[in-house]
Formats: sequence, C-alpha cells, structure tokens
Amino acid sequence: MGKLAHIVVPDLGDGIDTVEIAAWHAALGDLVTPDDDVVELVTDKASFNVPAPVQGRLEKIHIKEGAVAPIGAVLADIEIV
Amino acid sequence: MKKIRILNWGLIPYEIAVARQKRLVRDVIADGADTLIFCEHPRTITLGRTFTPESLLTPREELVRLGFVVAPSDRGGDVTLHAPGQLVLYPIINLKRAGIELKEYLRKLEEVAIDFLRGFGIVATGDDNRRGVWVGARKIASIGIGVSRWVTYHGMAVNVSNDLLDFQVMKPCGLDVRMTSLKAEWGHAPDMADIYRRMGKSFLRIYG
Repeated sequence: MGKLAHIVVPDLGDGIDTVEIAAWHAALGDLVTPDDDVVELVTDKASFNVPAPVQGRLEKIHIKEGAVAPIGAVLADIEIV
Repeated sequence: MKKIRILNWGLIPYEIAVARQKRLVRDVIADGADTLIFCEHPRTITLGRTFTPESLLTPREELVRLGFVVAPSDRGGDVTLHAPGQLVLYPIINLKRAGIELKEYLRKLEEVAIDFLRGFGIVATGDDNRRGVWVGARKIASIGIGVSRWVTYHGMAVNVSNDLLDFQVMKPCGLDVRMTSLKAEWGHAPDMADIYRRMGKSFLRIYG
C-alpha cells in the first residue's frame, strides 16, 4: 500500500467545536483530488465542503454520515497515488 | 475597501440561481473577485441539509398544487421559503482571503440585515443560538449557507413585501415562530429598487 494522508475536520474558527458529517461525496476506492469536495460537514446553518488534501484513492472512511465529530478528527484515509 | 462585484439577477428560478452561483464559486476559488448577488425567487420552498419532515406542515403534493416549487438545497439549515418581494442575498466570498471565520461570517450576514433595517427605524437583533434576524420575537431574515474551498454560496433571505401567509405551510427553519416583513413592520411596501440600493450600502458598510 502507498503512503496515507488523512482528511481531518478543519479548524472552522472561534465558537465551532464539533460538526455533523452530512454526506460523503466519494466512495471507497474513488480517486479524489484537492479540487474535489469529498465530504460535507454541517454546523450552525452552514454546510462546509472539505476537499482531499492530496490526490489519491479514498481508502477508509472513519466517521460515517450522520455522526458528530470534533475539530481535528480524522474523517478518512487517502492512499496517495 | 475590498473589491466586490454586485450583481442583480432580478426574479430568477431557484435552481438556476444555484447553478449560476456554483459557476461563480469556481471563479472565486480561481481568485476571481468576491461577488454579492441580489435576486428574488418565484414561490419556492427549499429543504436544507438539516431538513426534518416535521418542518413541513403541508404534504409536498399539496404544496405543488398550491403553486410552490419544492427544491432540496445543499445549504445548511432546515426548511425555508422564497417568494417575490423577498430580497435574497447570495454573497460569494472567499473567507480565507477576506480573513473572516465561519461563525463571524454568519454574524456579519445578520449585521447586514440589522443595518439595513435600522435605515427604516426598525430595531432588529441577531441570535447566536437560533440564527437569523429578529424584530422582537418575530423573524424577518433567514440564513443558510454553503462553503466550498472556503468560498461561500447561498446566503440570506430578508422578507420585504412578500406574503407572510405563505409561511403557514411550514415551520420556518424548523422553529415555531412568527414571521414578519419590512412591510409589516414599517407599514407600507417600499420600492424594490430602493431596497437593492440600501441593502448594497449596508453590505459594503459591514464587509468593506
């Protein structure tokens, strides 16, 4: 297996400690790039899309749709290609 | 002052406005100028990302029969309603470039409506827990946004002269709340061209 990178819940600034995972826009094995919104988070009337940090394949999803995650949590692993 | 484009799309179907916003989001991601869009929509009920079926008090088939378009939306928030006479603002803003945090941005959107309403002598407030803009316990503006690569889309809808009876088919934003409008609070319907001009000024005052 190639080197792994992680998609993490980004720091959204003051006053936001957790987010809900609204939707995964990619499935396991999909090729994702920094131009793709891979996962959508919702918090406080905002839907926030997170792209892949690097180009690679979505290898593992750690937190599923509907779950709540803190800032900094690892949402998924990406195998760098 | 930061450079910002202001566009007026007039009365435009909701889904066309969403598609056009997404094109502008790509442009702003590619370092295009931040853009503020003004528009109005035909009677449309939109279901946001945290939509709960209990927020619709009327079956969807009945809503369509009553002349509403019902559209899912990738903005944050629950259900809301658009109609002619309601001023909709869609700021397409690169938050990272502007140095604005997410919650701060939501607050600033509320401040724009508060500043705008102050011009009519109406005292309105924001609410960090419920979001939106309120005149006493009555809600006058609703907020729901999307963000892609730190660029915002969707935005805020301010009731100006739209028919408030339309809101009876739903619990706006999932809340048991009474809606109000500028016309209801101020006593008569203002001229929409004047409304666009005043709202543009308020927006630039808060973001400039």
